[in-house]
Amino acid sequence: MLVKESIAIPALKTKLAVENVSVTFKRDGKNMPVLENINLEVRDGEFICLLGPSGCGKTTLLNAMAGFLSPTSGEIQVDGEAVRGPDSRRIFVFQERGVFPWLTVEGNIGFGLFKLPRVERERRIAHYIKMVGLDGFEKAYPHELSGGMKQRLEVARALAVDPDMLFLDEPFGALDSITRLVMRGELLRIWEAERKTIIFVTHDIDEAVQLADRVVVMSARPATIQQIVEIDVPHPRDISSPHYLELRDGIFRQIGLAHQI
Amino acid sequence: MISLAEPRKWEKLFWPILTLGLFLALWHASVIWTATKVFPSPREVEKGMAELLRHHVLWGDIWDSLRRVAIGFSTAALLGIPFGLALGWYPAANQVVNPVMQIMRPISPIAWIPVSIILFGVGDNAAIFLIFLGSFFPIVVACINGVSNVPSVYRRSGRNFGLTAPQLLRRVIFPAALPQILVGLRIALGIAWLVVVAAEMIAVDSGLGYLIIDSRNSGKRYDLVVAAILLIGAIGLVLDFGFRRLEKLKPVRWGFRNES
Amino acid sequence: MSSTKERAARKHITNAGTALRPLVFIFALLVLWEFAARHQPAHLLPGPWETAGGIADLVRHNLLLKYIVASLFRVTWGFVLAAVLAIPLGLAIGWYRRAEMAFNPIIQILRPISPLAWIPIAILWFGVGDLAAIFLIFIGSFLPLLVTAANAARNVPDVHVNTGRNFGLGPARLLYQVLYPAVIPQLIVGLRITLGVAWLVVVAAEMIAVNSGLGFLIIDARNAGNRYDLVVAGMVIIGVIGFLLDVGMRSLERVKSFRWGYSED
Repeated sequence: MLVKESIAIPALKTKLAVENVSVTFKRDGKNMPVLENINLEVRDGEFICLLGPSGCGKTTLLNAMAGFLSPTSGEIQVDGEAVRGPDSRRIFVFQERGVFPWLTVEGNIGFGLFKLPRVERERRIAHYIKMVGLDGFEKAYPHELSGGMKQRLEVARALAVDPDMLFLDEPFGALDSITRLVMRGELLRIWEAERKTIIFVTHDIDEAVQLADRVVVMSARPATIQQIVEIDVPHPRDISSPHYLELRDGIFRQIGLAHQI
Repeated sequence: MISLAEPRKWEKLFWPILTLGLFLALWHASVIWTATKVFPSPREVEKGMAELLRHHVLWGDIWDSLRRVAIGFSTAALLGIPFGLALGWYPAANQVVNPVMQIMRPISPIAWIPVSIILFGVGDNAAIFLIFLGSFFPIVVACINGVSNVPSVYRRSGRNFGLTAPQLLRRVIFPAALPQILVGLRIALGIAWLVVVAAEMIAVDSGLGYLIIDSRNSGKRYDLVVAAILLIGAIGLVLDFGFRRLEKLKPVRWGFRNES
Repeated sequence: MSSTKERAARKHITNAGTALRPLVFIFALLVLWEFAARHQPAHLLPGPWETAGGIADLVRHNLLLKYIVASLFRVTWGFVLAAVLAIPLGLAIGWYRRAEMAFNPIIQILRPISPLAWIPIAILWFGVGDLAAIFLIFIGSFLPLLVTAANAARNVPDVHVNTGRNFGLGPARLLYQVLYPAVIPQLIVGLRITLGVAWLVVVAAEMIAVNSGLGFLIIDARNAGNRYDLVVAGMVIIGVIGFLLDVGMRSLERVKSFRWGYSED
């Protein structure tokens, strides 16, 4: 059934648990339910995609997981402890507009490393610049970089503090489709090198199936989990293989999309 | 927005020079046609300017005006920036203080002259106080806007990496707001320059403003009056340009990408 | 982090207290001011109570309304004249690149010159009186409005202009249906800010060049008898009226048909 050829998964420990979480926003005095009764368990070292149409609430769920907002009811736990706020062990990656424009590439990557001694800080910065492929751009400012490079910078900044988990909110949304494909490969490469638990939000079905171990398919607002699809295709994934296409089409059908345009 | 044809390079010099030339010609012509005995022609202003430059007093006046601006403006910046940042950071505080600021702002610094003379006597300090008053509010407002316009993404990232509130202010909010703060400072400097000239016309006896009043009062030297006016414009322009250079520095240039 | 209920309850309490807080603050400042005024060595500067007395005095002598009207009269004339001339000219400068090239140096040189520096010339041309003051207000308002209009015209997105041309709009139509709606929001903000400037200028101009108005009140009250209660009363009135003018203009900005310019706020 589940055969992974790349790296053996460590113990199937639950890293993050979402228990009966609902989120309701108050807008102009009216209650707007965004998330309804979400239950999810994410395993240590897993790559999970939250998939759903735009505006369905997946970003809200991600924000709650990262500690940027409190659920209206229910609880989120990481390593058995309730999430009470943002933490440097769980870094959120926004779209490339999240990099700090007043800092160089080095400055950005080193941003979270202020507690480390200088030597260690510089070592890490150099390591991650190399890892994301930004060699030569150490002193460059974000406005001199392309969209893809800025996104890589943001990932490097996140990785530099050695977090346990990464939350990515449609990070490749602002990039052109070719760059997007390249970046997906890069992300997987990085993930395989440093096994973090990754939760990735997207509205792109192909992206989800290409990247994730499991795809959490969410409905429109108020969002619930419609289905969790296990992608048991080993990396590197052949996007033309029958099993891949089968899983992908399954999700298409689940969402109710026609197959012919 | 531009109209149809793309202007050529030479036109960049041609049009302003043409307009300037026409303006000077018109000026000269009106002086002759109205046969005014007092208002100077461009030629007379030029001679007046040369005369001013030769007199050492002019440099003293320029220095006095600049000095007052420097002191008044930097005091306003030193006090206004922290104050404005605090108000931007604590919207509750801003909500309390803002109405008072909105009522004090429309009071021209010049209207403060009698009060400032009581507080500081006639002389430099009164003028500096007025300059301070004129510069303070624009700086505070710019800081408030700068802080509240910091995109929430940056704030969240800062908290995500474990920054405490003071660290967040210093390492995220302030750099993010800096472009807007700089614009506020530049505008406040322009206002300071306006105020110093006006203040010197009334409350002190040196400086470029005083030069204008004095040239008229002692001898109806309107050629010197106009020369001084143009000089004031030129120096103000230099100050503005100098400040705009700051906006080109790399750590802030990102905030000015869309500036025309 | 608290639950939604706690947050809702807190919000209810703060909403009531919120409106009061600035008033409390103002009251506290007034108390401080009164205290400082009573304890100054040479009793020259008035406290708030004395100032209020000064205002009452002005009302009793029918001067307050007269001075306010005089100042407003000059501001209106100078400002409106400047707007009528500067806005069309500014729009043209912003629209035609060559016009901008032609006029920019002159504008940049004249901008840093305080309107008050023109006082001797104003008096020379118009003598001491209303016209001189109106002239100064005109000078103080003209360039800012010109620059605002030019920027507004320059910033009309090319997209809109090209669409207009695409649909075959001639220059007149283009002006009316593309340029004008696009620049209105920026113009209104510019008008509000420049009105504030005009208000500053009129007060300063009246301190030097005329014999009535709120600025004159300040100088005269001091010169003719050291009536500092009237001086500060004048300052307070100036602040309040300036504030009201600003509030009035802001409500214009909120008028629905002008609001689309703020969609990015």
